Amino acid sequence: MRLEGKRLIWQDYQKEIADDHYFYARSCIRQTFFPGAEAIFMRILKEELGKDIHDEQHHTSCTGIGYHSDVVPFDTTMTVVARQFALMTEAGYENYAASCVTSFGLYTEILDTWNHFPETEAKIREYLFKATGREFNKPRNLAHASDIVYKLRHQIAAKAKYKLVDKKTGNPLKVVEHIGCHYSKMFPHKGIGGAEYPYVLSGMIEAWGGEVIDYPERRHCCGFGFRQYIVQANRGFSLSCSKKKFDSMEPYEPDMIITNCPGCPMFLDRWQYALSEMEGKTYGKNKQGIPVFTYEEVAGMIMGYDPWEIGLQVHQVPAEPLLDKIGIPYDPLQKFTGKQGQYLGIPESPSYLKFYADQQNTEVIK
Amino acid sequence: MERKSINFGYAIVQDRQIDFDANKHEICRAVAVAEPTLNLCISCGTCAATCSAGLFTDFSLRKVILLLKRGETEGLLKEVSKCMLCGKCQLVCPRNVSTRNLVIQISKALINGKP
Amino acid sequence: MAKHVVVIGAGPAGLETSAKLSKMGLRVTLVEKEETSGGHLKNWHTLFPGNMPGLKALESIKEGLDENVKIQTNTQVTALEAVNDYFTVSGHNGWQEKADAVVLATGFKLFDARRKEEYGYGIYENVITSSDLETLLAKGNLFSNHKNPARIGFVHCVGSRDEKVNNLHCSKLCCITAVKQAVEVKQLFPETEVFCFYMDLRMFGRHYEELYKEAQEKYNIQFIRGRLSESTEDKEGNIIVKVEDTLLGKPLRIKTDFLVLMTGMEPAAGTKSLTAMLGLKDVSDKFIRPLDEVLQPNFTDMPGVFVAGTCSGPKSVSETLADARSAALAVEAFLKE
Repeated sequence: MRLEGKRLIWQDYQKEIADDHYFYARSCIRQTFFPGAEAIFMRILKEELGKDIHDEQHHTSCTGIGYHSDVVPFDTTMTVVARQFALMTEAGYENYAASCVTSFGLYTEILDTWNHFPETEAKIREYLFKATGREFNKPRNLAHASDIVYKLRHQIAAKAKYKLVDKKTGNPLKVVEHIGCHYSKMFPHKGIGGAEYPYVLSGMIEAWGGEVIDYPERRHCCGFGFRQYIVQANRGFSLSCSKKKFDSMEPYEPDMIITNCPGCPMFLDRWQYALSEMEGKTYGKNKQGIPVFTYEEVAGMIMGYDPWEIGLQVHQVPAEPLLDKIGIPYDPLQKFTGKQGQYLGIPESPSYLKFYADQQNTEVIK
Repeated sequence: MERKSINFGYAIVQDRQIDFDANKHEICRAVAVAEPTLNLCISCGTCAATCSAGLFTDFSLRKVILLLKRGETEGLLKEVSKCMLCGKCQLVCPRNVSTRNLVIQISKALINGKP
Repeated sequence: MAKHVVVIGAGPAGLETSAKLSKMGLRVTLVEKEETSGGHLKNWHTLFPGNMPGLKALESIKEGLDENVKIQTNTQVTALEAVNDYFTVSGHNGWQEKADAVVLATGFKLFDARRKEEYGYGIYENVITSSDLETLLAKGNLFSNHKNPARIGFVHCVGSRDEKVNNLHCSKLCCITAVKQAVEVKQLFPETEVFCFYMDLRMFGRHYEELYKEAQEKYNIQFIRGRLSESTEDKEGNIIVKVEDTLLGKPLRIKTDFLVLMTGMEPAAGTKSLTAMLGLKDVSDKFIRPLDEVLQPNFTDMPGVFVAGTCSGPKSVSETLADARSAALAVEAFLKE
């Protein structure tokens, strides 16, 4: 592997990312899947880096899931997205930051459509106005939230308490990066690093001290694909896609997987559990699995945020071995404690995948 | 602790990709030694087009040769046994592959290849 | 005084045109942007058919040059203007000549394989191009750091027949070159398994089909009909190839020690700039459009401006030389009028 070859390609795929004043559009599903991720993004930008970011309460789904599942027509989708832009305009912002990769892809697709077909844009403006009385400006800058973290990666590194480094050996952690399909496969020039060798997460991993590993099935889909998991009959494809990736990355002994999509971390994490229950197969050392994180969670971890405050306990593959490896402290007793300090109960232990719960002491708290 | 595997209502889908490195290639090598014209096939399909067995079954010598070359030998004996050895294919092959003997040699190698 | 022709580009086409024009009693100035003449041919190990070394072929072509041919190297043509009944040709370094006729022999450039990002050229160590392989063969150190490669793959149509890189055309020589190189590899490494991944095998030339048959019969080279979708590198540095075996209708995955990309032909930078200057561009494939491809392949829309060699489309060396001679005849006929 010649890194300089990748660097040449990365130079071809750079884009402008706004410096400050972002209008933030959240994802439909991320707050359920990885509840801490978006909160960490807000916290780092606002509290650590002093950025201005608007968290809009009135925005809706972009309809991406429905659009890609063929249940929402494109005109409807464009009108809903036009409404999001109207909310941004009304809030006095020009830089749109999407939390979701599919939303980001969809916004890009719509802006590109309007660029090529101004009459479509005119039609959508009319639809929106008739339906809601709203008007809008198009974003001056459109970024995925991971683009922003990429842009700020060195500033985050400068403030971080920890590095993606094995505390004992001082060696960089081996990290698998996985990009959501809608981030750059549709519009390679809108993604940092393009579609074949995306740099957005690799750049973070490098800046935060880790080592990126490239493995044969790196480009393979995680298996999330809407049509694959929504229909139960197809769900086996989803699982098998993830398995193909795990089998391919296994020889590299990765310490963790980092993703920038709502779906990829969900499936790469939960399918490890499903695979273990179906076949008894676990990945990683000591049946501990390969932990999967969103880039925000990783940023939060190195900033030294409490692992349970950023939601790492809802991961199916436990984060503890990685926290230990980096040297991030955590209180095992607080793992299943709610935000108000209430005991939430210990989930049933998986049959094969290693489970970390301080059963005995938690009983005492209870 | 031993637990039964859970049925979630879906299963791992077997990969239909030809995994060339996982497949065994000894049978193909043995056939190529026994009937060297195997290597001359250009997959034109003239053999299959004229095949009397192929009119009534899904037998295709073109496909049999390809499966053999890729090491996809599972079920191949059953496939090749559909040939009636009439030799019509030999008349039409533009590369002069000794098709009839090839069929015999493939069967032999597949049978001998078994433990 | 004998009429004067400026020939732009001193590859095989320019050299041969100049030699023939000189034989016809014309004065020739041969302009070359590089330090030495010979074009791509000077880096090519052997030619098919006949296996003549590229350098030897080049020497034979150059033998035709005499004192009537002046070679102007290190000169990039920057302007070409028609003035009354002659042309003024100017170079970047102040060089300038008047000419009664101009021959464009600016040739091709090899497709930059980096543009097929998913093939990993420039990133994966063991992905090389057909041109790299030819250079390694010429130097005699093919796979020198890799004693006995178990398997080599050749990928046809890299940068050709691919609208994703804006090249619809077939470069036509890559198929036979792949088979030629596959055979050469097999001669050097008899134990190595060699695979060619192709969309169609275009064995159009004399002896081409015969070499293809020999490759199968004598060298057991395997041909898989399927176009490379992507290549990746495994932990050991092997290249994992993903194609569909289109004749079986199944995706196929195969590990190779080295993967050779058969890069196609595109108009050279000089061809592009001159065609833009003169407005001769062919919209279909960006090579120069001759006046009539069947009847007048060496004339262009501009009287007095001629084409020779691969600037008007992919050609083999033998076709290039024939085309160069044809161009010389066309120039002579034009100047006699």
